[in-house]
Amino acid sequence: MFAYIIRRILSTIPVMLLVALFVFSLLYIAPGDPAAIIAGDQATPADVERIRESLGLDRPFLVRFFDWFWHVLHGDLGTSIFTNLPVTHMIAQRIEPTVSLLILTLLLSLSFAIPMGVVAAWKHGTWIDRTVMMTAVVGFSTPVFVIGYVLAYVFALRLDWLPVQGFTSIEQGAWPFLRNLILPSVSLGLIYMALIARITRATMLDVLSQDYVRTAKAKGVGQTGILFVHALKNAAVPIVTIVGIGFAALIGGAVVTESVFAIPGLGRLTVDAILRRDYPVIQGVVLLFSFVYVLINLGVDLLYTLFDPRIRY
Amino acid sequence: MDRRGFLKTAAIAATGALAAPRLSLAADSKTLRFVPQANLANLDPIWTTQYVVRNGSLLIWDTLFGVDDQLNPKPQMVESWENSPDFKTWTFRLRPGLKFHDNEPVLAKDVVASIRRWQVRDAPMGLPIKKATDALEVVDDQTFRFRLNRPYSKMLFALGKSSSPCLFIMPERMALTDPFKQITEYVGSGPMRFKRDEWVPGAKAVFEKFDGYTPRAEKANWLSGGKRINFDRIEWQIVPDGATAAAALQNGEVDWLETPISDLYPLLQKAPHIKVDISDPLGNIGSFRINHLYPPFNDVRARRAVQIALSQEDYMEAVVGDDASLWKTLPGFFTPNTPLYTEVGGEPLKGKRDYEGAKKLLAEAGYKNEPVILLVATDVPITKAEGDVTADLLKRIGMNVQYQALDWGTVGQRRASKEPPDKGGWNIFHTWHAGADCVNPAPYTALDASGDTAWFGWPKSDLVEAKIAEWFAASDFAAEKAAIDALNKAAMDDVVYIPTGFFQFKQAWRDNLSGVVKAPFPVFWDVTKA
Repeated sequence: MFAYIIRRILSTIPVMLLVALFVFSLLYIAPGDPAAIIAGDQATPADVERIRESLGLDRPFLVRFFDWFWHVLHGDLGTSIFTNLPVTHMIAQRIEPTVSLLILTLLLSLSFAIPMGVVAAWKHGTWIDRTVMMTAVVGFSTPVFVIGYVLAYVFALRLDWLPVQGFTSIEQGAWPFLRNLILPSVSLGLIYMALIARITRATMLDVLSQDYVRTAKAKGVGQTGILFVHALKNAAVPIVTIVGIGFAALIGGAVVTESVFAIPGLGRLTVDAILRRDYPVIQGVVLLFSFVYVLINLGVDLLYTLFDPRIRY
Repeated sequence: MDRRGFLKTAAIAATGALAAPRLSLAADSKTLRFVPQANLANLDPIWTTQYVVRNGSLLIWDTLFGVDDQLNPKPQMVESWENSPDFKTWTFRLRPGLKFHDNEPVLAKDVVASIRRWQVRDAPMGLPIKKATDALEVVDDQTFRFRLNRPYSKMLFALGKSSSPCLFIMPERMALTDPFKQITEYVGSGPMRFKRDEWVPGAKAVFEKFDGYTPRAEKANWLSGGKRINFDRIEWQIVPDGATAAAALQNGEVDWLETPISDLYPLLQKAPHIKVDISDPLGNIGSFRINHLYPPFNDVRARRAVQIALSQEDYMEAVVGDDASLWKTLPGFFTPNTPLYTEVGGEPLKGKRDYEGAKKLLAEAGYKNEPVILLVATDVPITKAEGDVTADLLKRIGMNVQYQALDWGTVGQRRASKEPPDKGGWNIFHTWHAGADCVNPAPYTALDASGDTAWFGWPKSDLVEAKIAEWFAASDFAAEKAAIDALNKAAMDDVVYIPTGFFQFKQAWRDNLSGVVKAPFPVFWDVTKA
C-alpha cells in the first residue's frame, strides 16, 4: 500500500508537467495584454510597449516558459504582474477562505445528502422518495448564484440573521467564522447535495435488493442497522467516487460563490487574474488546483480499500 | 402540550435564538468601510494610470497643487511660488513641517525626483514641460525651480491636475524608480498611511490615519485645502458583484459605495437609511472611437456618415437607462457645465438623424460593403451597451459590421494594433472618458490629432493640433475660449472621434455619514460618521 501511495504521488509529476505546459501555452496564445491594462486608457502606445518590455512579455515563448518553469521547480511560482507580490504569498492569503468554504460545504452536503438518499431508497415510491428527488432536481438545476441571491435576500436582508458578504478568519472565533460561511456553503452545497443524494438513492436501491439484506432482515437486524451499517457500507464505493468527481465541480462553483458573497478566496483570485491577464497568478493557481485534484483522486482510490476489502493495490 | 404546540414553541425559540445576535451592529464611528469602483491591485500611481489607483494614492501621497471644484489649482504642499512675466521661470517653496510617513522631512530633492518620474509618464503635460525644461533644480531644502526655454503658462494646472497620472510627491529613493517599473514601498506624506500588512489585493486595502500630517488651514475643497480625516481607519472592501455590494450597504456592512450599479438606483433610493446622489458632477463622455488609418474611415466622408446618423439618445438610454436626469446629448467634445464648454461646430450631432445622407456619403467615400470590425468589450456594461447600439446603427446605414465580442483585456490589446482590420486590426471600438479629463486639451489625450503619436485610432488633423497649441499659448480666458471654440469645430469637422453623449453615475452611502461630496474622485476628508 505504501509503495502504491508513493507511486501515485510520483505519477503526479508528469501530470503536473503537462498541466504546466498546457496552461502556459494556452495563456501565451490567448489574446489580451496586461501591459495595456496597467498603462490604462490615457497611456500612449509607446508607454504600453515600454511596460511590456519591463515585464519581459516581449521575450520568446520558450525563454519565458523555461524561466518560469525553472523557478517553479525551486518552489517559486513567480511574482504577480499587477501587485508585485509573490504568487505564493497571494495564494497563502486566499487559501483559508476557500478551504473553509469547501470543507463546510462538503460537511453540510454529506450530512444531508446521504441520509436523504438512504431514506429515499428505503421509502422508495412514497411521497418521501418523491420529495427528496424533487428537492434534488431543484438543487441540481438552480444556478449557484440564484440560490445565493435568494438566500442573501431572505436571511441577510429580510431577517438580518446572517451577513450578506465577507469572510472572517477562524482565529476571530467560531461563530464569526461560521456566520459568514453558512449562506455560501448552503448555496454551493445544494448542487453537490443533490448529486450525492441521487447517487446514494440509486446505489442503495440496488444494494437493498441483495440477498444478504434479506438475510439480515430475517435474522432480525433492525432497520437502522440494515440501512446504515450493512447496506450503506456496500453502497459506499460509487458514493465516494461521485464525491471525488463532484469536488471538481465544487471548485468551479466556488469561483461563482466567492464572487457573489465577496469571499476573498482562490476562486476570486483566479477570476481577477484571468480578467487582468496576470499570467503568473493564473499559472500558479491552476497548478495548485490540478495538484489538489490529483490528490483527491488518490484519496478516493485509498478510500475504496476501506469500504471494499476486496480492492487491493 | 400537544405535538403542534411543541413544534410551534420550538420554532419560535429557535428563531429568537438565531435572531438574537443581530448582525447590523453599530459600526465603529472611527472606521469607514468604503467599496471602491474596482479592485486596488497595486498602488503605484505613476506606473499605472487606473483611476482606482489614483483614488487610493490621494490618501497616501500629497500633491504640490490641488484643484478645487471650479478646477482652479490651489497650493497644497506648496507654500508660495513666483513666475517670471514670460512664464519661463517658475520657483516654488514648500510648506514647512511636511513629513513622510517614515517621519523623514519632505525636501525639494524629493519633489524634483518625483517630478522627473511623473514627467516621463504624463504625455499630455509632463512630457511637454520636460521638453521645454532647461533646468529643474533644487535651490535649497524647501525650494525648487524650473527654468524653461519657452513659456508654459499652464504650469500650476499641470502640477495639480487631477487626471492620471497626477504628480504625487514621493521620497527621492522611491521616485528614482524606473517609471515603467513598480515602486516597492508605499511611503507618502498624505493624510493616511497604507497598511501593507493588511492588504489583500482583490479583497481589502486599509489606510490608517497619519498623525504627522498637517492639513492646510483653508477649508477642504476637492483636492485643495485642509485634508482633515475624521477616521482612524479607512477600509476599502472590494465587492466584485454589484448586487452584493448594494445588499451589503443596505445591511449596514459597508458605509459607502462609490459606484453602485445603475439598475439598483431605484432600489437604493427607496431603501431606509441610504442616501443616493450624483457621484461626479463632471460625469463621463461616451466615445465612438474610429481607426483613421484604414478604409472606410480613412476618408472623412465615411466618418461624417456615421456622425450624422448617430443618435446620442440611443446610446445614452442604452448606457444609463431611462432616467433622463443622468444623461444629456453632447454636441461637443468638452465637459458640460465647465468654463470652456462649447457647442461651436456641433451641428452634425444635433437634430433628426440622417440615414439617407449617411448612405450617400458612404457611397461617395467609395464604401463597397467591406467588413467593418467593431471591437466590443462585453464584460464592461457601458461598452457592451454602446457596441450593441453601434452594430444596429451601422446596419441601418448599410455597413457590413462584424461584431467581435471580447473582454476588455483583449480590446485593450487589439486597439493598439495598427495592422489592417482584416489582419488583426480594427475599425471601431468604444470607451468613455472621465469628464475631468475633458475640461481642456491638456489632459485630453483622446482629442490629440497628431497622427502616428496620437491616441488609438491615430487621427491626424493639422488644424486640430494648431488649435490645441493656441490654447496652450493663450494667456487669458478669452483667448483660451476662442481657441477651444475653433478646436471643437475643427475636431467635429474632421471627426477625430464621435462623442456618444454625456452621462453620470451615482454614489450611495449610509445616512449616518455626513460630508460626502460630489467629485470626480472619492473625497474622504471632512466626512464624518455618527
